[in-house]
Amino acid sequence: MLALRSIAAPVQRQCFRAAPRAALTISLQNQRMYSSQDRVAKFNGQKDAQGRYTVSLIEGDGIGPEIAVAVKDIFAAAKTPINWEPINVDPILKDGKTAIPDAAIDSIKKNKIALKGPLATPIGKGHVSLNLTLRRTFNLFANLRPCRSVAGYKTPYDNVDTVLIRENTEGEYSGIEHVVVDGVVQSIKLITREASERVLRFAFQHARAIGRKKVRVVHKATIMKMSDGLFLTVGDQVAKEFPDIEFDAELLDNTCLKMTTDPVPYNDKVLVMPNLYGDILSDMCAGLIGGLGLTPSGNIGDECSIFEAVHGSAPDIAGQGLANPTALLLSSMMMLRHMGLNEYADRIEKAAFDTLAEGKALTGDLGGKAKTHEYAAAIIQKL
Amino acid sequence: MLSRNSARAAQRVLWAAAQPQKRLNVARTFASVSDAPSQTVQSDIFKPTKYGGKYTVSLIPGDGIGAEVAESVKTIFKADNVPITWEQIEVSGLQDATPTGRTEEKFQEAVASLRRNKLGLKGILHTPITRSGHQSFNVALRQELDIYASVSLIKNIPGLKTRHDNIDLCIIRENTEGEYSGLEHQSVPGVVESLKIITRAKSERIAKFAFSFALANNRKKVTCIHKANIMKLADGLFRGTFNRLAKDYPQLECNDMIVDNASMQCVGRPQQFDVMVMPNLYGGILSNIAAALVGGPGVVPGCNMGRDVAVFEPGCRHVGLDIKGKDQANPTALLLSGTMLLRHLGLDDHANRISNAVYDVIAQGNVRTPDMGGQATNQEFTRAILSSMEKSL
Repeated sequence: MLALRSIAAPVQRQCFRAAPRAALTISLQNQRMYSSQDRVAKFNGQKDAQGRYTVSLIEGDGIGPEIAVAVKDIFAAAKTPINWEPINVDPILKDGKTAIPDAAIDSIKKNKIALKGPLATPIGKGHVSLNLTLRRTFNLFANLRPCRSVAGYKTPYDNVDTVLIRENTEGEYSGIEHVVVDGVVQSIKLITREASERVLRFAFQHARAIGRKKVRVVHKATIMKMSDGLFLTVGDQVAKEFPDIEFDAELLDNTCLKMTTDPVPYNDKVLVMPNLYGDILSDMCAGLIGGLGLTPSGNIGDECSIFEAVHGSAPDIAGQGLANPTALLLSSMMMLRHMGLNEYADRIEKAAFDTLAEGKALTGDLGGKAKTHEYAAAIIQKL
Repeated sequence: MLSRNSARAAQRVLWAAAQPQKRLNVARTFASVSDAPSQTVQSDIFKPTKYGGKYTVSLIPGDGIGAEVAESVKTIFKADNVPITWEQIEVSGLQDATPTGRTEEKFQEAVASLRRNKLGLKGILHTPITRSGHQSFNVALRQELDIYASVSLIKNIPGLKTRHDNIDLCIIRENTEGEYSGLEHQSVPGVVESLKIITRAKSERIAKFAFSFALANNRKKVTCIHKANIMKLADGLFRGTFNRLAKDYPQLECNDMIVDNASMQCVGRPQQFDVMVMPNLYGGILSNIAAALVGGPGVVPGCNMGRDVAVFEPGCRHVGLDIKGKDQANPTALLLSGTMLLRHLGLDDHANRISNAVYDVIAQGNVRTPDMGGQATNQEFTRAILSSMEKSL
């Protein structure tokens, strides 16, 4: 009975807490569900009568509304076939837990895609961070973080072009913790075959999609032999389905060392790793090219995907027109590509990078004097 | 009891006054940290006995490049007539190592030797990635001897150009718990749990160590690295303990930073950091990132401090299996760790002569190993140091 039910239910809804028998069935079922031809996390949004897609827009807090306006203006100028549907995600408490308003959930479920500005996490009072809530609500299992050097903004590192994929739902961030006795805390890192397989398969498919020939797992299986070991083993198995892509593994220590010494050898690879390592390394890569103001991010799920700017909401400069919308703009490029609107993405991206390289209309954080709308106007002119 | 403590404090002040500017003199002042909460007996540690005018020090060359760089250290120390007798133990983490391979007996021999001598100089042991058994010998050694604090000194070496300048930071890492607890289990097939353990006692101990270290070495700022926004209980305990103890050290500037932000800041603006203290795994990550900023694992010295055993090993732990036996290894990290050991024993003259010679050779720049952008072999580099030492006599 149990087994029957688990076959009937959609795979991504089944959780690992199911009974052992059911868990086994899931993994079998999974292998059938995700054959290598099927794309994990394919975009299933529908065009409306005018041939336009609707995208849920979470403007966010602080500088969020300003940078969202910049992005909307640029999209309008590029005649991108997109309608925005602004939604409010101010947290509500539902059964004592932080939750997102139903209207917002419905909107994202309907549109299957969202663009999100920075959200401020309320401090204290047991609020789980909203970012985490969004990830859990929509089961966004992979976090995609490319970092590319921006011409015109000089850092000690040149020609960086890394792509990191981070498992987003479990690992060290499982949120399972308890105090054993006073002064002794256990925190559980959870690695499951199902979630590992899903993110690894996404990594391989993404590598194919962006034309990279190598996928590398970053792990610490010398110390965490079972948990990271499992992630690694699953990687080996998934790799067999992708004979055109080279697969290897590297110890976390080595990756940190080599990337910081010289990130260029990583330009032909897609890196995939468990949650914590991905969190740390993706921010480290952002540091290589000049900070979170220049890096896009996508949270990919089976049902829907949310693209976001990962920087803070910068309440100190909110409303003054000083904010840099690049991160949100680049995230929206990732979104367009996810939706298959590559030609628009390419055009806008070229205009944005040209503007940055020219260096005439840069915002304050990049050493320029331009206001947010002046920077956006410069990009629009290039279009 | 009181008088002994105050005598020691007086010694420390005198010593600090005599040599205010030396940053690498870390080791000798560590006695002040021994008042950790979990300690019940205060032993007068870190003064191993001399036999026949010589100290006995355990030498564990380790795997990979270990044997080669240990040979350099022995040669150079011998040339300077350092009063040290090495007790060499060939323990290995490699299954097929000669002569004995990876054996528990050799490992126990190393532990016993370190316990006896209280002092060690150690390379890095290889850890295999097999699912069954085989805990890392490096980790086991630290846990067995309770060598709880790892110190990596990250500083630009004059003349060795890297992407960043003016870096002078120090990473202090908890060595015995956290993610490296080694507690893992498979609940059902395909679901693995790995436990991270954080305890108040050990967090207190490492935080106190960091504060004492900062004071003893004229450092101004201590930064606690954590991920308490996600691991609210575990890292929350670590951070909370740090902040509570920080109140006892008003002369130090104390702050905390989330680990992902810290790694980003590290590659962007590393000059802002001074002393950093963190749980086990983050220490591994940040010491690698930071080592890369100043020239890689070949030039970063370090030590591991316990309650009664001190083991000096390179600060960025890489085995270097890929360049094993090619005579390309850079002995600088182990040499500088060795000079830290000498200072720990109060043999400052020897330490200064050796470290000055190392820095001279690197600064001159014509004899460097490949990792520092040169073509010299390990042996040529070692010979250059020897002749530099001769000249200075």
